[in-house]
Amino acid sequence: MLNRRRFLMSTAAAGAAGFAALHLSPAFAQDAPQIQIFVPAAPGGGWDQTARTMDQVLRSEKLISGSQITNVGGAGGTVGLPQFISQWNGKGNSLMVAGMVMVGAIIANKSANNLTEVTPIARLTGEFEALVVPAASPFKTAADFVAALKADPTKVPVAGGSAGGSDHILFGLIAKTAGVPAANLSYVPFAGGGEALSALLGNQVAAGISGYGEFSEQVKAGALRLLAISADKPQEGIDAPTLKEAGIDVELFNWRGVFAPPGVSDADKAAMITLVETMAKSDAWATECKNRNWTQILLTGDDYAKFLAEDTTRIAAILKDLGLA
Amino acid sequence: METLGHLAHGFSVAFTPVNLMWCLLGTTLGTAIGVLPGLGPALTIALLLPITYQVAPEASFILFAGIYYGAMYGGSTTSILLNTPGESATIVTALEGNRMARSGRGGAALATSAIGSFVAGTLGTLGVAFLAPVVVKFALSFGPAEYFSLMVLAFITVSAVLGSSSVRGLTSLFVGFVIGLVGVDLQTGQPRFTFGMSQLLDGVDVIVVAVGLFAVGETLYMASRRYAGKDEIVPLRGSLYMTAAEWARSWKAWLRGTLLGFPIGALPAGGAEIPTFLSYAIEKKLSKHKEEFGTVGAIEGVAGPEAANNASAAGVLVPMLTLGLPTSATAAIMLSAFQSYGINPGPMLFMTQANLVWGLIASLFIANVILVILNLPLIGLWVRLLKIPAPQLYAGILVFATVGTYGISQSPTDLVILYLLGGAGFLMRRFDFPTAPVIIGMILWPLAEAQFRRAMTISNGDWSVFYKHPLSLTLLTLAFIGLIGPHIWAYVERRRRRGPEHVPGDA
Repeated sequence: MLNRRRFLMSTAAAGAAGFAALHLSPAFAQDAPQIQIFVPAAPGGGWDQTARTMDQVLRSEKLISGSQITNVGGAGGTVGLPQFISQWNGKGNSLMVAGMVMVGAIIANKSANNLTEVTPIARLTGEFEALVVPAASPFKTAADFVAALKADPTKVPVAGGSAGGSDHILFGLIAKTAGVPAANLSYVPFAGGGEALSALLGNQVAAGISGYGEFSEQVKAGALRLLAISADKPQEGIDAPTLKEAGIDVELFNWRGVFAPPGVSDADKAAMITLVETMAKSDAWATECKNRNWTQILLTGDDYAKFLAEDTTRIAAILKDLGLA
Repeated sequence: METLGHLAHGFSVAFTPVNLMWCLLGTTLGTAIGVLPGLGPALTIALLLPITYQVAPEASFILFAGIYYGAMYGGSTTSILLNTPGESATIVTALEGNRMARSGRGGAALATSAIGSFVAGTLGTLGVAFLAPVVVKFALSFGPAEYFSLMVLAFITVSAVLGSSSVRGLTSLFVGFVIGLVGVDLQTGQPRFTFGMSQLLDGVDVIVVAVGLFAVGETLYMASRRYAGKDEIVPLRGSLYMTAAEWARSWKAWLRGTLLGFPIGALPAGGAEIPTFLSYAIEKKLSKHKEEFGTVGAIEGVAGPEAANNASAAGVLVPMLTLGLPTSATAAIMLSAFQSYGINPGPMLFMTQANLVWGLIASLFIANVILVILNLPLIGLWVRLLKIPAPQLYAGILVFATVGTYGISQSPTDLVILYLLGGAGFLMRRFDFPTAPVIIGMILWPLAEAQFRRAMTISNGDWSVFYKHPLSLTLLTLAFIGLIGPHIWAYVERRRRRGPEHVPGDA
């Protein structure tokens, strides 16, 4: 037992040494505060990456001296949310990362808590979605796709992420705008982006909807054709119209933002908004967003709260049409 | 030839002292986390992602690759010694491996798993280097219909673990189905069997079930039987490493396991579990020592699945490097590491990032060598674990299982499930219900269900997709032969043997 323990200890020490080395390099600012970031998802996903990138940028800009990240994953964030509400109440130096996925999960899971109970600080980034088809597809434009959908939606299987997620929601919105009943759609949910992508590359489905970043390299390589993106305006370097330009009046960002716990003081809230705003306007943040295909869609405080309310209503309506709420 | 040139260049990248140091660190760390149930390579790499801000891309990928391969080696150690699988890919290893450990051949089981992992890992990495473009074409031809048929084929494994009574075995299988269904249904977003508990919405982790049934259940059972004076553990019988006979029985199993693991691992929805199941079933069918399966432990039942699991780990890299498709949690996190360097993994990666890709592949070869050097001497040390007096050993297993399970997601709910299943495992053991079918059922059923429903959605309700696609038809035929074949064969044999006496009467 002793030998085994010594072995484990030595490997743990090697790991710890690695971690320590990482934290030594950024200079420690003297007065900068420590913050706590709560991630209601397992390490590795989009929210977790947002938290870790924030930590990195905030420290390199000397806005904080360090941060502690807590992950409580599960069920689109609805396992973590109640914990954040009850156990982090009033902690002025803490933030939770969340986003559109949680809004959908709260509705679909009939969660007892929702995002009106926490304090909106800022909407930070968004990933717009892309509508793609395999290179061999007969659909050349988004209009072709919509026409086929109108003719017989059951003949147009569309691949995307899990049922009720942002991809499914966008598909529902497109169909609704085109006057196709959402209940007739043939949506094929896949667990991960990779699986949906391989169904497209293997010509198993007619079209795919997912975050643009999931498809971008395949589009560049010519394996997939990009029909439209769900951004608000045309994007530099992307040779495709927005859905609105293609005559489909839908705009959607899979947004991510940060919230403070309930019960924080107005002063703490204002300070946190300033901190996050300063970070979001830094060059370091801009570089990270560019690398990760995140579009900056900064919105803070009350504007963010207003947006959240509108988005919740829109998502609730479409999930109901899709038969999920 | 061009590939060889690239590979030589890759070795020149990987063979710098700094990168070798990262490789050593990665493999050591990987082995350690593989040993702990709960802390898998995906989580470890996710926690180490910030390292990408500090070091060169080559170095961090060499580190991650080391962790990834190391975890595959480490996972089998606890499966064999403590019946506590650290990863879902090593669950099957526990079936025969732990039997071998209890009957004094733990050293041989660990050796065949380490050497088998080395053989399969090396062959698999060669496959990544030379066959990637071919394999990926094959992988993309798999649609939901083909996956469903592959799952059906994998179900024949059940016949290898049913035990003495089919009714009991099938009961266990159905229990597994139900556990597998817990959680939000991917196809409709509706919760099933969650009883209003948000903690159950993501389903039950297969590691919790495996550790609960195997480690906790088995330990409780052993502890209860202690004073009956049965089931004593023999720490070591014969040589520490493998005997000539054990080598002879292992090497074919390694190769067969590799041949199953690599292509299935390369499938976007293939995973590591299915090839280990299939390998186990095949080894049991082909073995000349069937009586050792489930009793004293058969070495083929360790060698095959271990090779399959390491070959599938290499296979996963094929779609990741050629298409930018993440097909496992670990691959997904490694891809996000590419992104923090501003590198977009995709079909052009081999061209645009040749240094990185070939350095990574070369480091996989090095990681394999380091791992086998690291693991073989450790065997003597590991086997000594079994000399611990039974009460302390059992208590240690329970502590280890509990801590490891808590480590998966820091959820107290998981601990409650662990001990409920541990109690169930104890009762199953007591009343002679096999536990392995539960695991197979819970892994395969949800996959089969999802692929079936996808296939039917795409085909708009037309059943013919399952037999009109040639690949799907082939797999279904194989499954049919695998399930029914042995029975027909046995029937024909019986008829032939007693034929002459009965022919007049029959006519």
